[in-house]
Amino acid sequence: MPDRTIVCRCEDLSLEEIRELIDQGFKSIDEIKRISRCGMGPCQGRGCRQIVAQEIAAATGKKLDEIEMPKFRPPVKPVKLGILLGGEKEDE
Amino acid sequence: MLKTDIAIIGAGPAGLNAAISAASMGAGVLLLDRDEFVGGQLIKQTHKFFGSREQHASTRGIDIAGLLHEKVKEYKNIELRLGATVLGYYPDGVITAEYQGRLLKIKAQRYIVATGAAEKSLPFPNNDLPGIYGAGAVQTLTNVYGVLPGQRVLMVGSGNIGLIVSYQLMQAGVEVAGIVEAAPNIGGYLVHAAKIRRAGVPVFTSHTIKEAYGDSVVQGAVIWQLDEKWQPVPGTEKDIKADVICVAVGLTPLTELLWQAGCKMKFVSQLGGHVPVRDENMMTTMPDIYVAGDVSGVEEASAAMVEGKIAGLCAAASIGCSTGEFDELRSRALSQLAELRSGPAGEKIRSGLKLLV
Repeated sequence: MPDRTIVCRCEDLSLEEIRELIDQGFKSIDEIKRISRCGMGPCQGRGCRQIVAQEIAAATGKKLDEIEMPKFRPPVKPVKLGILLGGEKEDE
Repeated sequence: MLKTDIAIIGAGPAGLNAAISAASMGAGVLLLDRDEFVGGQLIKQTHKFFGSREQHASTRGIDIAGLLHEKVKEYKNIELRLGATVLGYYPDGVITAEYQGRLLKIKAQRYIVATGAAEKSLPFPNNDLPGIYGAGAVQTLTNVYGVLPGQRVLMVGSGNIGLIVSYQLMQAGVEVAGIVEAAPNIGGYLVHAAKIRRAGVPVFTSHTIKEAYGDSVVQGAVIWQLDEKWQPVPGTEKDIKADVICVAVGLTPLTELLWQAGCKMKFVSQLGGHVPVRDENMMTTMPDIYVAGDVSGVEEASAAMVEGKIAGLCAAASIGCSTGEFDELRSRALSQLAELRSGPAGEKIRSGLKLLV
C-alpha cells in the first residue's frame, strides 16, 4: 500500500485528491463537498472541514477567516430512516 | 411537541451549570445530552481542578460531574433527558432530537447551546493506521472504559490535553515515548509540563510528525524539526517506535446548530475556529439562542461552568423569570470569569474575545 494522508476518513479522500480538486478549480468547501462527497459521511465534516479550509487558504492565498464554511443542514448526525419515518414520539 | 421555557443542549460543565442557574430563577428547564450520563468531558478528568473554591478547585473533574448531577436532581423544574441527540434547529424555532429510537420535537422560548468541542485532526502520511487516535479519545478509552490503547505512546501536541493525557497514561502503566510540539515552547500549563519532565519524558519542541508507519497497525513515526518559519528541516528525522499515536492538536467548537439557527459566526483562531458572536450575557445574535462553554470558544472547564451560570441566569431573566439576587449573581459570575482569564495564561482567550463581544 502506498503512503496516503487521509483528510476525510468517512469518504476515504486523501490530501493529494483534495489538492487536485483545488487545482482543477474547486475553490470552496461546498464545491469540493459536492464533487467528492468530502464531509458528507457519518462525522459530517468534523474531521476534514478544517483541513480542507487550510488547503484552500494555502492554494488561494486567502486567510482562513475568508474561507466560506459549507451549508450546515439537519440532521447533524446520521439517523436511521426509520426514526424519521416513525414520526414524532407519540406519548409527548 | 414538547414545550419548555429553556432547552439546554449538552449536559457538560456548561450545560449543567446553565440548568441549575436557570432553574434557580424559576424557569422550566429541559436538559438534553446525547450520552447516557451527565458531565460531558468532566467524567474522564481524574485530575484535580485549579481555580477558586466556587469552581470546585482541588476536586477531581469526575467528582464535579457527580456534584452537579446531585444539584440538578434537587430541582423539580429541571427535566433531564439522557440519550437524546439533538439533530437540527429549524426556522420556526423548533429543534428535533433522536430519543429512544424516535423523533422528538421541542419548542422552547430560549435555547442554550452547550455542545462543546471536537478534537482537530492532523494530516500526515498513514494517519489512518489503526493505533492513531485523538488524545481525548484515548482518555475516554482509558479513564471511562478502563481499556489501555497500547504499550508505548507518541503524543503529538503539548497543550494541556496532550500533557494531561500523557501523564494519565503513565499512571495507567503506559510508556510515553515522547511529546512532539510544533511550537518552540510547551503549550500547556507549567504544573502539567513539570510532571511530564520529572518523569523523564522527552519533549521535542519545534518538531512535527513527518509520517507514521506500520504494516497493518502503527509501529512508529518519523518526526522532524521545524525551522523558525515552521518549515521542516531535512536531515533532522528521528524514528520513534510506538504502537499508539495520540493527536492532541487542539479542539474546535461544535457549532452546527448555531449555523442552522442563523447566528452570526466569526472565525477566531484563538478560540478554536468559528464561534458565535455574542454579548457578555452569552446571548448570540439570535435573541432566543444563548451559548456557554467550548462551543462559544475553546477554554477551560472552569470557564465553561461560569459561562453556563451566566447563560442560565440571563436566558431565564429574558423570559421574565426573576429573583432578587439576579444582579448580584450575574455580576459575581462576570467577575469570576474575568479572574479566570486574567494573567498570562488567559492572554490568548482575552485577545480572541476582543474580536467577538
